[in-house]
Amino acid sequence: MNALTDPRPRGADEAGKAVAIRRLTRRFGDGPAVLDRLDLTIAPGEFVALLGHSGSGKSTLLRTLAGLDPVTEGTITRPRDVSVVFQESRLLPWKRVWENVVLGQDGADRRERAAKVLREVGLGHRIDAWPLTLSGGEAQRAALARALVREPQFLMLDEPFAALDALTRLKMQGLVSELWLRHRCAVLLVTHDVDEALLLADRAVVLEHGQIRTDLPIGLARPRRHADPEFERLRSVLLDALGVCDG
Amino acid sequence: MSETLIGIGARNGSRPVARRLPRLSALLPFRRFATPVLLVLGWQIACSSGLLSTRLVASPAQIVATGWSLTRDGTLPANLSVSLVRAASGLGLALVVGVCLALVSGLSRLGEDVVDAPLQILRTLPVLAMVPLFILWFGIGETPKILMVALGAMFPVYLNLHKGIRAIDPKLLEMARTLGLSRGRTIREVILPGALPDLLVGLRFAVGISWLMLVVAEQVNADSGIGHMMMDAEDFLRTDIILVGLAVYGLLGLASDQAVRALESALLGWRPVYRGRAS
Repeated sequence: MNALTDPRPRGADEAGKAVAIRRLTRRFGDGPAVLDRLDLTIAPGEFVALLGHSGSGKSTLLRTLAGLDPVTEGTITRPRDVSVVFQESRLLPWKRVWENVVLGQDGADRRERAAKVLREVGLGHRIDAWPLTLSGGEAQRAALARALVREPQFLMLDEPFAALDALTRLKMQGLVSELWLRHRCAVLLVTHDVDEALLLADRAVVLEHGQIRTDLPIGLARPRRHADPEFERLRSVLLDALGVCDG
Repeated sequence: MSETLIGIGARNGSRPVARRLPRLSALLPFRRFATPVLLVLGWQIACSSGLLSTRLVASPAQIVATGWSLTRDGTLPANLSVSLVRAASGLGLALVVGVCLALVSGLSRLGEDVVDAPLQILRTLPVLAMVPLFILWFGIGETPKILMVALGAMFPVYLNLHKGIRAIDPKLLEMARTLGLSRGRTIREVILPGALPDLLVGLRFAVGISWLMLVVAEQVNADSGIGHMMMDAEDFLRTDIILVGLAVYGLLGLASDQAVRALESALLGWRPVYRGRAS
């Protein structure tokens, strides 16, 4: 899908961390901690996949990082410019696609900027469409465009392809991989899909009972192939960490 | 595909049937009007033959004639404009007050606690039962009439807009937060456009209610307006004038409903339903 084989984070001089989470704890009411003294760092330009069962705290972690949930215990440092793509496109149905993309942005060149990024995600022909007329894949492309137009240093993807059909999902994974190689922002991808994590990420972390139990670097060359024996091995490791027997 | 085949078969088989069918189907949209037209014809015949006393009800022809003469001598236009001004001012007032109250109670919890409870209590009162009180308070001039219309029409505006604001998808509000939209911008770009369909539903109810209020307000202590014209006619047993008034009220209701519908398709072009109708 892409020609680059060794995706390195944006420049070696950009040392340090894009995102640093220190001893983050979150509980609702008197229940058990959803996040339990969690530590996680993401380097600039690094693509991290976050896996875990339902209820393992993935969504809580992402919501906290996105600023939707408050930090009650622990600390979070993250870049100022972040973007989130949700499972649903969350486009405003009463604004045309391009207006959705540059929602909240100012400047006279809003439309051109929207057009440019929409072309980049392959949606240049639907710039004036109403969101309710888009297909599921097109809507997610628009949501990606809306995230990218802000030129984020940190991009959060919350199961962005979970609601798409298998073929569309493959195309979208290719697109995300391409866009990431071009923009080089740090990415946190929340997913249920082990293959997706292995196709896209530099590192896969598995969340369990509010803590990171497995932190697996994925050193595969890109483009990645399912048939690669190393891919198979990493797949078994991840499935094992998720408590699924790889028969 | 199968339809074409059937069509060809029919044309080859029996020509006359094939030729008559399209003509019948062209009349189909007008079939709905057949019953009303027949009823009016029957009414006219009953009046002309003396079956129906014109003291009870005027004939359709008489109504049309009276309507024309009332228009020519200026009675109808004068009264109509008075009624229109009352309805429009009342509705306008209802819109302003209803929208403001809905914004206050829809956008803040404190506002809801302050505004919503009294309005919900007031809502259960039949507004028409307040006519005597309104006359006592505001006399018999234009004020009580306009206020009656405004009070009746305000509730649907308030209730629907409030519901619309509260029903905004929380996921869209979250999205607005992740995009860093300010509170004011979120209200302008997310909440208000999202509640607009509900506001328009409220407006449609409000328009209907304002005519209802107007009828009552104009038949109690008025010296002008369509309702007054009808009450005056009652004293002289002029059923034709009463029926002209009824017809005018009916047409006004129909026209205003169409106007709100037009407004809906203009403002809600993003909804696939309206796109379908427009194309």
